[in-house]
Amino acid sequence: MRNGIISLLAVLFGLIAGAILMAVTGNNPVEGYKYLFEGGLKNLSRIGNTLATATPLIFTGLSVAFAFRTGLFNIGAAGQMLFGGFCAVAVGLTFDMSRPLLLVMMVVAGFIGGALWAFIPGLLKAKFNVHEVVSTIMMNWIAYWTVYYAVPAYFKGEFLETESKKLPEAASLRTPILTEMFDGSYINLGLFIAAIAVIIFSFIINKTTLGFELKAVGFNRDSAEYAGIAVNRSIVTSMVIAGGLAGLGGVAFYAGNATSIQIGILPTQGFDGIAVALLGANTGIGVLLAAIFFGLLYSGRGFMNAMTEIPPEIADSIIAIIIYFAATSILIDRMIRYFINKKKNKKQPAIVQTTTEKKEEV
Amino acid sequence: MWTVIQQIAPYAIIFTIPLLITALGALFSERSGVVNIGLEGLMVIGAFTGALVILNMQEMMPGQQKAIWIGLALATVMGLLFSLLHAFASINLHANQIISGTAINMIAAAITVFLARNITGSGNIQISTLKPFNVPFLSDIPVIGSLLFTRTYATTWLVLAILLVSAFMLYKTPFGLRLRSCGEHPHAAEAAGISVSKMRYIGVMISGAFSGLGGAVFIVTTGGEFNGTVAGLGFLALASLIFGQWKPLGILAATLFFGFATTVANVSQVIPSLAVIPPVFLKVFPYVVTLIALIVFSKSSQAPKAVGEPFDSGKR
Repeated sequence: MRNGIISLLAVLFGLIAGAILMAVTGNNPVEGYKYLFEGGLKNLSRIGNTLATATPLIFTGLSVAFAFRTGLFNIGAAGQMLFGGFCAVAVGLTFDMSRPLLLVMMVVAGFIGGALWAFIPGLLKAKFNVHEVVSTIMMNWIAYWTVYYAVPAYFKGEFLETESKKLPEAASLRTPILTEMFDGSYINLGLFIAAIAVIIFSFIINKTTLGFELKAVGFNRDSAEYAGIAVNRSIVTSMVIAGGLAGLGGVAFYAGNATSIQIGILPTQGFDGIAVALLGANTGIGVLLAAIFFGLLYSGRGFMNAMTEIPPEIADSIIAIIIYFAATSILIDRMIRYFINKKKNKKQPAIVQTTTEKKEEV
Repeated sequence: MWTVIQQIAPYAIIFTIPLLITALGALFSERSGVVNIGLEGLMVIGAFTGALVILNMQEMMPGQQKAIWIGLALATVMGLLFSLLHAFASINLHANQIISGTAINMIAAAITVFLARNITGSGNIQISTLKPFNVPFLSDIPVIGSLLFTRTYATTWLVLAILLVSAFMLYKTPFGLRLRSCGEHPHAAEAAGISVSKMRYIGVMISGAFSGLGGAVFIVTTGGEFNGTVAGLGFLALASLIFGQWKPLGILAATLFFGFATTVANVSQVIPSLAVIPPVFLKVFPYVVTLIALIVFSKSSQAPKAVGEPFDSGKR
């Protein structure tokens, strides 16, 4: 409950900061926000695009959140997503088989690719206590350069050196039914996989022994060890699942939202995943809502940019500022506490008041 | 082989210098006990400020190198100011330092391009760069002369001077001792009458100032334009700090290694003796080596003991 309030307030502060930014640069914030939200919600096609934009963010958000539950900071979702997506695209471009089978194989390949990319930092953490923040950053750049050279070498596009061949229709997550339902939007099956991932995520974390062990390691590594939990194995397991989730994000992005893989770009969704997880308080449903909100900002900014003078980077700025406020949530927490106490001071007699205050402090 | 080394040395040094100054700043921050993964963002802020100031100053005083120096100075100041966001979050609010650093990276990347578009109409700012020069006399020395003293930039010597001063400050002055104690045993430092939060503020602010300078040096020597990124240099600086085991000379060695490795990868295609190696291996080489170094050093890590932990005066 309190987490939810903190997230909402962080969003509010982020939006206010965005409004100030617009005003300072000589634009009308009310108009800006009006077009920003219209751009994401105005008609079915735009709503479809908002959901499609949110899809990879759901995966990377879940990825970061899953690792975070075990006390690990997965800053490498970008690399895992890129490599997972690359594996899926490679499968889609190489094999020629019935569509359902091909799509399943691509999803599996994406999961394995991402998992592999996170397995290495997980193993290094478990075996040698190498900090996962640095090792996942290194893995990001290794993925970047691997894809940079592998795509032109094996899957060169027909017209552009910088991207792969277009995926055939059979290997695309887009389906005519969905596209028609949402008026030509690029919403795709990735959203359904994401919804399933949210459910599985919540199930594993809340209902299984594995989830309990992972959380126990996250709360206190030493006491988890003392309680007989295989800490090192938990760390590797957690990273592998987190990487796999990010890899699925790559599948959804490159084989659903896009139809090919580009080189020379680390997908920004990987870093936004940190934002999504943080805003969603590392819960499945929270991640889902936060991802949809960010998807709305991202898909609406183009329309806003077309209708006003405001550069599209306002969306990124707002998200980044929200993250800063979420990171400094203790400030918000203090404010909430201050207002609660103030309210109580008015209602209750003096003696009761001091005892409640003491309770608050504990 | 020798001619190859001679040819690439100036480029490698140009690449090394922004990395070195940024990693050196991070050294102060981490030695004081605050992890700063916002280096990339702070460099971007410096690059943006530098480009913007230089663009405007060059209009006012065309053809003068002074404009560039004013740009570098203001980039340093802006880096320092921006790092206060990180300092406030991680020192006063006990925020997770990695999340705060990530937020700094994201804010810097987004806001600079946003402002650049508002001010110049495009996300890119083109500037003219600093002019390289041969150091008189020294460049005539055989061997070293051609390696170190030809086609050098004034910023290179400035950064090397800062390196020397920093090493002296950290290890030979009371200030350095106090700063380091806050990263190792903050409670003992506090008991000795040192204000841990003040020292940590100073550490983060030095880091911000140096990163800002690093970002600006990057665009006035190699880049020539601001386009919203510094190409992962900030993260590489972080790796250099760890690779260099949180020591000034170690950092110098690590950044030189990255400088040469990256330059070799960049020019491999035009040098016959290197063209036989697939470029992807050369490109991933520095990162793989960093991973291996992390494994090798894992047993004997020289990391400040209290780095990354918020300081809680009441907790012992």
